[in-house]
Amino acid sequence: MTTPKTLYDKIWDAHVAHEADDGTCLLYIDRHLVHEVTSPQAFEGLRLAGRNVRAPEKTIAVPDHNVPTTIDRESGIDNEESRIQVEALDKNARDFGVHYYPVSDIRQGIVHIVGPEQGWTLPGMTVVCGDSHTATHGAFGALAHGIGTSEVEHVLATQTLIQKKSKNMKVEIKGKLRPGVTAKDITLSVIGATGTAGGTGYVIEYCGEAIRDLSMEGRMTVCNMAIEGGARAGLIAPDEKTFEYCKGRPHAPKGAAWEQAVEYWKSLFTDEGAHFDKVIEIDGEDIAPVVTWGTSPEDVLPITDSVPAPESFQGGKVEAVKRSLDYMGLSAGQKLTDIKIDTVFIGSCTNGRIEDLRAAAKILEGKKVKDGMRAMVVPGSGLVRAQAEEEGLADIFKDAGFEWRLAGCSMCLAMNPDQLSEGERCASTSNRNFEGRQGYKGRTHLVSPAMAAAAAVTGYLTDVREMI
Amino acid sequence: MDKFEKFSGIAAPMPLVNIDTDMIIPKQFLKTIKRSGLGVNAFAEMRYNSDGSEVGDFVLNKSAYREASILVAGDNFGCGSSREHAPWALSDFGIKVVVSTSFADIFFNNCFKNGMLPIILPEEQVEILMNDAEKGSNARMEVDLEAQTITSSDGSVFSFDVDPFKKHCLLNGLDDIGLTMEKSSSIEAFEKKLEIERPWL
Repeated sequence: MTTPKTLYDKIWDAHVAHEADDGTCLLYIDRHLVHEVTSPQAFEGLRLAGRNVRAPEKTIAVPDHNVPTTIDRESGIDNEESRIQVEALDKNARDFGVHYYPVSDIRQGIVHIVGPEQGWTLPGMTVVCGDSHTATHGAFGALAHGIGTSEVEHVLATQTLIQKKSKNMKVEIKGKLRPGVTAKDITLSVIGATGTAGGTGYVIEYCGEAIRDLSMEGRMTVCNMAIEGGARAGLIAPDEKTFEYCKGRPHAPKGAAWEQAVEYWKSLFTDEGAHFDKVIEIDGEDIAPVVTWGTSPEDVLPITDSVPAPESFQGGKVEAVKRSLDYMGLSAGQKLTDIKIDTVFIGSCTNGRIEDLRAAAKILEGKKVKDGMRAMVVPGSGLVRAQAEEEGLADIFKDAGFEWRLAGCSMCLAMNPDQLSEGERCASTSNRNFEGRQGYKGRTHLVSPAMAAAAAVTGYLTDVREMI
Repeated sequence: MDKFEKFSGIAAPMPLVNIDTDMIIPKQFLKTIKRSGLGVNAFAEMRYNSDGSEVGDFVLNKSAYREASILVAGDNFGCGSSREHAPWALSDFGIKVVVSTSFADIFFNNCFKNGMLPIILPEEQVEILMNDAEKGSNARMEVDLEAQTITSSDGSVFSFDVDPFKKHCLLNGLDDIGLTMEKSSSIEAFEKKLEIERPWL
């Protein structure tokens, strides 16, 4: 009998092109996604060394981090450095012959939304990108993770990565979720339980009934933030939902190739009795709608809770929490629902998909954004935007007082003009609440799309369950 | 890449846990298309006031630590994004070694690609080196990668583990891509196998 394998073991084994005696492997890469911020130095490195892109047909480029999201962006990017970076990607994509979705293409959007949407991401693949949220693609049962620019250059030149295998970790979410609880609450709650370094050295496989019940969009939200828990990647075994999502997408296999692919994908699950080095189990019904109060994604609590005291932590975290509360302008004991919000941002590779917009619109229907607040929706791709317009969601957002933007990373990391000002407090559906992340001295509270919509209506962090 | 040689240098203490890549190099400096020149912006939002003046009590602004080449840092250093601008900025500032109890995975790998050595030590040893690093211009430590040791200013020697392949590349200043290209026949053979077994790719 063969040794039972985890899903990660199976994908890993299927991609080892070379293994050295010390276990260092050359891992073959099926899809390489590229954006404008972490690639210019890599393409320049190729040019200097006289090297080509080994597999341009497996390389997909799209500008997302720097692009403006206002309707006038067709006329060009004002910020010179941003413009140069996007122009460099235009040129590099053309010169090296990789697939490319320019800003003017309706398919343009956040790289991690475009990949699955276009069928580039498929089960059992290895997917990399010079961006830590590459973990998103793990939702398809693909081994997907972020890499640095030197590794981007390495993949461009060799279609492989030098890697050592990570350990296996299982995160099981048992049973059903309660009403008002979403994929975002699952992934934040897991990070709250494990800490931002809890996954370091591991690839996480998310499983359990609550994960199975999620849509593909929800699964992408869960895997997206595996990196915030420190894991190299997050994985969810593919099932009928996965196949259904992939079927018919522009770059998914067709006809007999589709049948052959599905047959293979059905073998992608963790065998009975396979070994996990670490196991976390959480009851789905114990998960509440959550919100972050500090400057690390592990600083997460149910919305019904209060800001914690630094003294309730241990070790280096005590000082870190003091610093966080000072930065966030909060004091221990303050109820989370008493925190007043200035701005709401709905979007990002975490929550910029159609289902996220539907969830937010459902809360907003017939309601208005609180006076004096700024609220914006940035769809994850041009196609998400078009679909939301077709479904009437755009009108709900606009009628409520939200700005309805074009696709990009936008205020998730504020490399484009969408930024918080000093002290501005934002309920955000993005993935990082680090100091300065959404703008210099800006204050971020991470929430689900429904919670963000609820905050827009009341002007405070709000328990969405009171509005459903 | 330069060879990583034995050196001694000033170590600066940064005990804060979870120092993330947005702290190490804020996003406004990611708009460059070059690898060089980021040192002046390392830790920019902790290091400078909004008018551009220096924050006096930030460790790397103190005269003793302006020439620091080692950082002794709190747990989970380098968490967050994959931006290689983080090690580029540290390296350009003059940092060659970061010591912590743990590092985020991508940052850890990125260091080695840039001739930098992240050293993982147990908590009690990091604490000793952290206290040592508090000694200002006397916080001179020695790092010997060949021997896999770091020596504090009072002569205490701490051994660390390092992946043998990564050590070999650092010591010899080797370029990963060149090394991998030597194995191109394995990659070609794998691609041929892939075409047969998983033709839909």
